[in-house]
Amino acid sequence: MEAEASYVKDTELRLGLPGTHAPAETRGSKRALPEDDEKSHGKSKARVVGWPPIQSYRKNSFRARKAEAEAAGSYVKVSMDGAPYLRKIDLRVYRGYKELREALEDMFGCFSLGEASGAEGCTGSEHAMAYEDKDGDLMLVGDVPWEMFISSCKRLRIMKGSEARGLG
Amino acid sequence: MTYFPEEVVEHIFDFLSSHRDRNIVSTVCKAWYRVERLSRRIVFVGNCYAVRPGRVMARFPGMKCLSVKGKPHFADFNLVPHDWGGFALPWIEAAARGCPGLEELRLKRMVVSDESLELLARSFPNFKALVLVSCEGFTTDGLAAIATHCRGLRELDLQENEVEDHGRQWLSCFPDSCTSLESLNFACLKGEVNAGALERLVARCVNLRSLKLNRAISVESLARILARTPHLVELGTGSFTVEHRAEAYQRLIHAFRKCKSLKSLSGFWDVAPRCLQSIYSICPNLTVLNLSYAPAIQGADLVKLIRHCFKLQKLWVLDCIGDKGLAVVASTCQELQELRVFPSDIYGTGTAAVTEEGLVAISSGCSKLNSLLYFCHQMTNAALITVAKNCPHFTRFRLCILDPGKPDPDTNQPLDEGFGAIVRSCKDLRRLSLSGLLTDKVFLYIGEYAARLEMLSIAFAGDSDKGMVYVLNGCKNLRKLEIRDSPFGDAALLVNVGKYETMRSLWMSSCDVTLGGCKALAAKMPRLNVEVINDRDESDEMEENPSDMHKVEKMYVYRTLAGARNDAPEFVEIL
Repeated sequence: MEAEASYVKDTELRLGLPGTHAPAETRGSKRALPEDDEKSHGKSKARVVGWPPIQSYRKNSFRARKAEAEAAGSYVKVSMDGAPYLRKIDLRVYRGYKELREALEDMFGCFSLGEASGAEGCTGSEHAMAYEDKDGDLMLVGDVPWEMFISSCKRLRIMKGSEARGLG
Repeated sequence: MTYFPEEVVEHIFDFLSSHRDRNIVSTVCKAWYRVERLSRRIVFVGNCYAVRPGRVMARFPGMKCLSVKGKPHFADFNLVPHDWGGFALPWIEAAARGCPGLEELRLKRMVVSDESLELLARSFPNFKALVLVSCEGFTTDGLAAIATHCRGLRELDLQENEVEDHGRQWLSCFPDSCTSLESLNFACLKGEVNAGALERLVARCVNLRSLKLNRAISVESLARILARTPHLVELGTGSFTVEHRAEAYQRLIHAFRKCKSLKSLSGFWDVAPRCLQSIYSICPNLTVLNLSYAPAIQGADLVKLIRHCFKLQKLWVLDCIGDKGLAVVASTCQELQELRVFPSDIYGTGTAAVTEEGLVAISSGCSKLNSLLYFCHQMTNAALITVAKNCPHFTRFRLCILDPGKPDPDTNQPLDEGFGAIVRSCKDLRRLSLSGLLTDKVFLYIGEYAARLEMLSIAFAGDSDKGMVYVLNGCKNLRKLEIRDSPFGDAALLVNVGKYETMRSLWMSSCDVTLGGCKALAAKMPRLNVEVINDRDESDEMEENPSDMHKVEKMYVYRTLAGARNDAPEFVEIL
């Protein structure tokens, strides 16, 4: 089987110098293929009609939900206890809590290391995410549906473990 | 067998449950043909254009249940222009004339007008069940007609239809005398219904076992409904959002505790993670759970929920469950037979949610798995080979790697070997969808090993005509073949033209088939309809006669006894 595979590969016509492993790109389609994986972050990806193969009913139901969420939401300040400066993020960019957490970890990672290496390891569990809602109350992030959160969140605050335990 | 009186033959035929078996016995001799056709109660028409409605009614005058399918499968993904066809009216008209005893009608991917629903409502005094799946063209006015006139209606099941809301209180049209409903599904409707009318309706339909509500139904209403329907087996919740009203939430928990028969849950349109706790008490009984419309439930909450569901047989989720979440499914749901993982981020701008790891985990924990639909960001040959070894019982295997033509990220190789392992190991495989980087090799494997394959979906795959030829010459039981954006041309199309009469249909779009090739096929095979579907935006360029060398954008070929259809729009040319 493997001998056959290399035979196929050796005699295969493709663009590119021998020895390079460019994936075969010969397709008979008139439609533009989406760009490679490396370029896929951000909105530069060309959209292929009918791909991915998701029922239009399902797509429409998500699109409607997204549109509702987009009606609200804008940039909010994010502060982290102990960090020298704040950041600003657009909540609409994230599709859920998990992504938000990951994005904030990326953003504030350099600050949390000092405390993480201490007792609990690098899970970040010694921090709690809280937000200020329309009424000015400090709320724990994660209780309400994402869309509701975006529309009511005015400011985010990453709290230190010692303070956070009171909320969690 | 000809010595047996016809009643005996008919009685024997009663034991034949499958359409295929009944079709086969009807070809044995004239006597059997007659006995069979007079005794057939359930008729299935896989392609509404394969036969004229009148002919079906004439052949099966005793028909009680009719199923008809319209548009080709790729219509689900917007590849078939909107008014291509698939109209339900001719079928309902013919049934009204020829089979007034009709009790059940199931339509899939068809255009159903309010006029057809009104005709349906008035024409069949014994009508009991209407199931519409992925249909369009009707409004709540049509539903009002059904509710008003179908006395004794048992089932009204609307699955994923595009229904226009005309604000008519259609649900209120069920008369007070209606107590026969056993199944009601209006989850796909966008508009509101009168909550009071709904609660009264479910209260008086004591045999109601399946109820799927739409997003407009509040938690308060749900709690009241559940209090009156403690024998429900299937429930589609409404929005499931509780807005700071703890009282309604408590009532909901209480109501759920009483529903000891609940086995299937879906809906959860806007659920807040905290509200999921209310269903923990019924999770241990669940065999079906559909969370694929609940993007607000993320990893950790999803996992907490799944841990309670150890009897689950069918699970539909979004990919925000993650590989780790799937590992929890694998260890908890040992009875799992069907898994569908849908993408929550359709345009792929976010981080990878599920990969080959999740699938491998599932395969090692859920040995009974036989049906899979898996949208992921990447897949490896090694993973597929492992999955094939762990789960040899797949009958349906649909893998969608979101990036078309993406190779194995570990080796940069095509996924031929991985899919090859699947078809070799899963001897009962009936349905397969391919994705990722694939050469002609995978089709060689499919042609050789996938003996029971009935439906194959190909996208952005293959190198040459050989790929398609392997499949056409190899897969004896192939019924439906749909191909897009693959380099298969006229040579492949014409290599085995007789094959298409053994199949229901062939779809090819954005391939290398030319108009000349289509014409040649149509000329050789008069009992096939070869439809060339032109895109609207291109039809202006093609005002003059296009040359035979011109590549055809979309082609749909199907066997038919009815000849060319007379309802085709102008952008469809039937050769």
